[in-house]
Amino acid sequence: MFKRIGKNEQQVTFEFLHRTVIAREGDTIAAALLAAGILEFRQAPEDQSRRGPYCMIGNCFECLVQIEGLGSRQACRERVRNGMRVKPHRGRIELEEHDET
Amino acid sequence: MADYDVAIVGGGLLGSAFGWGMARAGQSCVVFDEGDNAIRTARGNFGLVWVQGKGAGMPAYAAWSMKSTQLWSGFAAELQDSTGMDLHYVKGGYDIAADEEEYRQSISRLQQIQDEMGSGAYTYEILDNAQLKSVMPLIGDIPGAIYTEHDGHCNPLTLLRALHQDMQKRGAQYRPNSPVTEVRQQTGGGYELVDQAGQIVASAARVVISAGHGSTRLAEPLGIDLPIYADQGQVLVSEKVAPIMQYPTTGVRQTDNGSFLLGVSSKDVGLDTRTDLTTLAGIAKRCIRIFPFLARLRLQRAWGALRVMTPDGCPVYQQSATYPGVFSFACHSGVTLAACHALEVTKWIMDGDIPAAFEVFHPRRFHV
Repeated sequence: MFKRIGKNEQQVTFEFLHRTVIAREGDTIAAALLAAGILEFRQAPEDQSRRGPYCMIGNCFECLVQIEGLGSRQACRERVRNGMRVKPHRGRIELEEHDET
Repeated sequence: MADYDVAIVGGGLLGSAFGWGMARAGQSCVVFDEGDNAIRTARGNFGLVWVQGKGAGMPAYAAWSMKSTQLWSGFAAELQDSTGMDLHYVKGGYDIAADEEEYRQSISRLQQIQDEMGSGAYTYEILDNAQLKSVMPLIGDIPGAIYTEHDGHCNPLTLLRALHQDMQKRGAQYRPNSPVTEVRQQTGGGYELVDQAGQIVASAARVVISAGHGSTRLAEPLGIDLPIYADQGQVLVSEKVAPIMQYPTTGVRQTDNGSFLLGVSSKDVGLDTRTDLTTLAGIAKRCIRIFPFLARLRLQRAWGALRVMTPDGCPVYQQSATYPGVFSFACHSGVTLAACHALEVTKWIMDGDIPAAFEVFHPRRFHV
């Protein structure tokens, strides 16, 4: 769906769910996931519909993911780092489980 | 012959409530709205259906707010039945004081309003920290709160969408991206509405100007005094949390989709919707004092919106003395008063007369 322009940049690898994603240094998480063909970042808590980035500029909050256990993070506003563990954001958080993260 | 019985300028919560009420009463009506670059007060509010604290010194406003909340359940049910949209209206609300000073002020204000109204209808319940904690275990070390069954909250965006959808279903015309720049008298009766290009876009026997901050320039040439200004409020929004708070409070409420909304601020900065860190930090600090758990949530966004404020904070309702049939309505409580606007004020428009009991809302009160 998305095609990269330019080449030879430094590679970075990170984890999305149980999949290893190869990205380029400087990518946002959202750009890297989209480039890897991953369109579904999470499910909406209201109706479980599949959601992914819409605006890519920090406005729409559709691209929410969990980064190193911390939820409600915008994938379009965070750059990939080597070995980073990313998961889909899990809808509405429970206050108690929030304490553990 | 005019095109419509009524033309309404403004498609926010006031205009939409009027349009809906008119269409419901079988009147032909058109609602003119601007586009998304307009100052959209109806899209920035907090979503409270609120009585307590309103109308100190103006018992008619307290009674009017109370009447609207009495009509609200039926109003919401009717909209929900027709549109299938759930407005998430919940009745019951707390004014929680963050410190002793706020607590004393809230209590004495309610006592004043109750005395001025002189009826047993204005009921409220004062709760100290322990009493409040038994119903709201998440509160912190704060003095207490006042509870009323009259207060409540809803999803104000769904309310607006439901009004827009249902008024059109009932035959009203809704015209977005259509700023009206002038209202003028037609020869032979009625009024015509003119757009930026000088074109007549509609004619109507009666006209309602309820365009929020856009009302002043329309009303002035019609001899209507509209003493309103923009009162800026800022709101913080948290990430979504599983439902833990059913009832709203004046500063904090959990929305139906799980987010916590944090308010309330008030600033006179003109037509400026920008947020600023000092104000947002002040809101967060006060809300966290009331509900310490909020400090553990991630914030997702913040916005500023502009209340349509009058010098005494009460609504301004009037009919032009020189142009009969031209009404102007303005207030900051578009959500709370939506039921009264839709079901009561529309009768005044149809009758061509504001009942004597509501003369107190005329802006001549500012010129005594």
